[in-house]
Order: sequence, then C-alpha cells, then structure tokens
Amino acid sequence: MDIPYVVKLREDTNLYNAKVGIWLFLASEVMLFGALFASYILIRTGAQSWPRGDSILNVPLATFNTIVLISSSVTMVMAWASLMRRRFGTFRLYMGGTILLGGVFLVVKYFEYSHKFHDGLFPSTNNFLAIYFTLTGLHMLHVMGGMAVNAYFWGPGAKLWKTNPEWFTNRVEHAGLFWHFVDLVWIFLFPTLYLL
Amino acid sequence: MTSDHAADIDKHVRVYITVFVALMALTIITVAISRLHLREPIAVSVALLVAIIKGSLVASYFMHLISEKKLIYAVLVLTTFFFAVLLALPVVTHSDGFWILFQ
Repeated sequence: MDIPYVVKLREDTNLYNAKVGIWLFLASEVMLFGALFASYILIRTGAQSWPRGDSILNVPLATFNTIVLISSSVTMVMAWASLMRRRFGTFRLYMGGTILLGGVFLVVKYFEYSHKFHDGLFPSTNNFLAIYFTLTGLHMLHVMGGMAVNAYFWGPGAKLWKTNPEWFTNRVEHAGLFWHFVDLVWIFLFPTLYLL
Repeated sequence: MTSDHAADIDKHVRVYITVFVALMALTIITVAISRLHLREPIAVSVALLVAIIKGSLVASYFMHLISEKKLIYAVLVLTTFFFAVLLALPVVTHSDGFWILFQ
C-alpha cells in the first residue's frame, strides 16, 4: 500500500503530511528545551552567586563549534538545493560535508567534556555544571540523532532517488528542518552558557 | 527542470550564502560584546538580542519559514505562546508580584 501525500500536497493543508509531522515534532522539541531553559532561569535567578560561563568553560572551543554547526546548516540546505537542481553527486558531497561537520562538533565536545572531568568538574559539582552538562548533553544527543538520519539519506536511503526523486527530496528537506533546529538551539545555548 | 526553476534555486543559494556570512559576523559580534564585561542586565539583553536575530535568520531562510503555509504558522504561534508561558513562570515566581494577585 502506498503512503499518501508524500509528494502530492493535501488539499486541506496544502502541505505534505511529513512536513506537518516534522513541525509538530519540532514544536514538542521547543517545549523540551524550553522546560530546561526555564529551569536554568529559575536556578540562576534563585542563586546567591552565579559564575560567568567564560570563567569555567572554554569559549574559543565553543566559538569554533558554533562556526562548525552554522557551516553544517549551510551544507545541509545546499544538499537540499542540489536535489532541487537534480544534481545527485553534489547532494552527496554537501550531505557528506554536513555529517563530517557534525562529527567535528562531537569530537570538540568530547575534548571539552574530558577536560572538565580531568579537572574534577562533574554535573554533581555545582548547579552551573549540572545545567551545563544537561543542556549540552541533550543537545549532543540531538546532533547524534541528526547525523544518523543524514547518514541514512547519504547511504542506503538514497536508493529512493532512483525510483522517486521528489519523495527523496522532500525527505531530505524534513531531515534538514531537524538539523537546522539543532543549530538554532546551539545559537541560544552558546551565549547563555558560555558568555553570560 | 525548467530554466525558471533553476534560476529560482540559484537565487535561493545566493540568499543562503548571504545568511551564512551574516551568521558568522553575528557570532564574532556576540563573542566581542562578551569581552566588554558589560553590566549583567545589559549583557544578557544584548546577547539574547543577537541570538534572536541569528535564530530568526536560520528559521526564516534555512527552514524556509519566510514563505511557509498557514498551518505551519498556526503550529508555531501556539508553540511560541506556550514557550513564553514556560519561560515566564520562573520570572514571575521571583518577581514577588505574581502571588499578590491571589491574596
């Protein structure tokens, strides 16, 4: 049985079903991160003193990671644009770049975390570090999830291009929406945790 | 693929590159402002303002929200409302003014 409205637009919503689905999922993600940001505000405003992020965390590494993640958003959108131009080879190149940049982000995060653990700084050390590890840890899980989806579309999932290129293009667009959301969350995490 | 469609995608790509440059510049501005060691309320306001501009650029152009359908906007309006309530809860709890209304 064929899945309806994967390429054809629904008459009532004027959208593909999957696009509505991914936006509803992103709405739930906003509430998930929103709850953690609200906890952060509550703990910070309730604390007698709060350290500046740059006195504990490595700002140059985080700035580098911000540049990496923004670049990966551009390669992701260029991967989709390549499919719109019917250039599959270029899509593979850009999608490969997106996955690679996601990997770079995780490697940098590994060094950041291991440096903290080496210095005896754990989530249990204080509220600042508890919030830092929770928010960045959850964000890192999202990067891993996004990389897994992107790797699927770069590899085995790309078979769909041969049989139904429009459906494949839509799927990549939806994967891109998630990836840009992950970038968007980091855009707020970076100043909130590292610079203030 | 028609030539009109190809030209349309080319236009999109040029916008993506422009947004990328703007995001890089704003990242540098964010870090530079944090070096000024402004008073906390000003530092928080400026950092959040720059983050909101960057976030809006990503959402508008990379996520194509600038030309999306009504249903998606409706979902986002509802999300924004509940997100604002979520963030306002700890703020009003600390303001000591919220509870007075119920006494």
